[in-house]
Amino acid sequence: MELFGIPLQALLSQLLLGLVNGSFYAMLSLGLAVIFGLLNVINFAHGTLYMLGAFAAWIGLTYFNINYWAMLILAPLIVGAFGIVIEKTMLRWLYKLDHLYGLLLTFGITLMVEGVFRSIYGVSGQPYSVPDALQGATNLGFMVLPNYRAWVVLASVVVCFSTWFVIEKTRLGAYLRAGTENPKLVEAFGINVPLMVTLTYGFGVALAAFAGVLAAPVIQVSPLMGSNLIIVVFAVVVIGGMGSILGSIVTGLGLGVIEGLTRVFYPELSATVVFIIMAIVLMIRPAGLFGKEK
Amino acid sequence: MNNPLNKKLFYAVLLILALLAPFGLYPVFLMKMLCFALFACAFNLLIGYTGLLSFGHAAFFGGAGYVAGQAIKAWGVPTEIGLILGTLTGALIGLVMGLLAIRRQGIYFTMITLALAQMLFFVALQAPFTGGEDGLQGIPRGKLLGFIDLSSDMTLYYVVLAIAIGGFALIVRTIHSPFGQVLKAIKENEPRAISLGYDVDRYKLLAFVLSAALTGLAGSTKALVLGFETLTDVHWSMSGLVVLMTLVGGLGTIIGPIVGAVIIIMLENKLGDIGNWLASVTHIEWFNTLGDSVTIVTGFIFIVCVLAFRRGIVGEILNLFGKRSASTSH
Repeated sequence: MELFGIPLQALLSQLLLGLVNGSFYAMLSLGLAVIFGLLNVINFAHGTLYMLGAFAAWIGLTYFNINYWAMLILAPLIVGAFGIVIEKTMLRWLYKLDHLYGLLLTFGITLMVEGVFRSIYGVSGQPYSVPDALQGATNLGFMVLPNYRAWVVLASVVVCFSTWFVIEKTRLGAYLRAGTENPKLVEAFGINVPLMVTLTYGFGVALAAFAGVLAAPVIQVSPLMGSNLIIVVFAVVVIGGMGSILGSIVTGLGLGVIEGLTRVFYPELSATVVFIIMAIVLMIRPAGLFGKEK
Repeated sequence: MNNPLNKKLFYAVLLILALLAPFGLYPVFLMKMLCFALFACAFNLLIGYTGLLSFGHAAFFGGAGYVAGQAIKAWGVPTEIGLILGTLTGALIGLVMGLLAIRRQGIYFTMITLALAQMLFFVALQAPFTGGEDGLQGIPRGKLLGFIDLSSDMTLYYVVLAIAIGGFALIVRTIHSPFGQVLKAIKENEPRAISLGYDVDRYKLLAFVLSAALTGLAGSTKALVLGFETLTDVHWSMSGLVVLMTLVGGLGTIIGPIVGAVIIIMLENKLGDIGNWLASVTHIEWFNTLGDSVTIVTGFIFIVCVLAFRRGIVGEILNLFGKRSASTSH
């Protein structure tokens, strides 16, 4: 079967790969948006923390023989704790300053962590095999669906929508939203805002690490995997705007799909298509698709 | 240093040092320093005097280097035309990036510049003339204006020095001009500047293009000096490096970026030696590998600067003498 002169199987598998990438964009931009909302910090280190998640999975399996499923829980906890340390010891001192210092600090953290991992593991990737339960592929009749990729999309969609649900529909989320609007007033009502800020950062970081573990079997685990991704995620955030949780999820997935399709129809542009879309969006709708300027 | 006589004296000493430097130090290394000093000063015009943090300056620096190198090497244009073309390239990329980026404020501005510069990185990676991973090699120095032979390092040094001083003078002039005062007003209080009737976006764009053009000049000069241009110069880490230079020297101080550039370039060059020395003093083996771990050290300096040292070296010195530069923000 063919569509626009492209075999359907090739088209669909690129589409799925696009969705997989889109899942990572969605999870990372969601974390960035939540952190920015409460902390007013653009977390440049987000990509690096994603990389740390993937490395945690790899190190867990290689040195301690901890399997994928356990690491899927453990890695976000470990990296999230690391994030909390960063927030408690460093980021905390910058909230009253210009946004740019938060960006520069997390940029420095990125360079350091990446440098440490590069000096230990080099730039080449470490392979991480797909867990046994998800190996192989399912034949759906019109396409062969690799089980692991389907799992990545499913898991990230579930995680993203749970996050959306918690933030928009629960009491905890209401505190968080109120804290984003007016932290002083929320504190006056007896909510421990500094603690909430710390936990929010930890959560955003854990989300990035979770994405990292999911990514480990799809792409090679390498020290550079994070910083390459984070710049694309920044473009995603500019396109979607950071005002809306659902907006982040939809934009992330959508751009992943567009990127996947570009890889089929015009591969030369696949690395730059997200940036081109960003430029177009800036011309037509400067505030972003779902944006409200903060 | 606010005393005009002291200031003149200070610049005179600096000039004499710069004129004598190649007799004691390796000229190519000094030229590299000068190019980065100009780069950092151009960057500072934007962050220090307009309040815009660009994370995309590598695009102007490297993009200009590629065009200048290609023009001189493949099209055979005279050296000075190559440099002018490079500068114009910087300005043009700056115009396009600026038009898009100033549509958003604050942190979004920074993210947009970073993303657009990354796009240019991929273009440089794929374009046929840049040589991809190998870079553009063998850029000839040629003759300046047809009669000054640049193949001697000494001659080229003084040409580069003249270019850097010219660029620096232009920046200083801009800062002190009425235009520069408007930029400062935008930095301090943008809504106020708008309410006073200034077309803020136009001023921002002009500052952005000027900064990009001077960065382009620095980038093409560097390509000429080293004779090659590689992807390193268009990579985001280069944009980060110039931020670091400016931050270390002092945001919004006139000579801060020069100091920062000199320190960072020296550090990059001497890090191996420093590491070996540390290893011999502390007996920690790991320090011997410090030379390969430049990013760890630059990252560390970034963190220290942001947390404890936001005024930078020159900013701290000015502060110590009680003459705070008006534009150091915190």
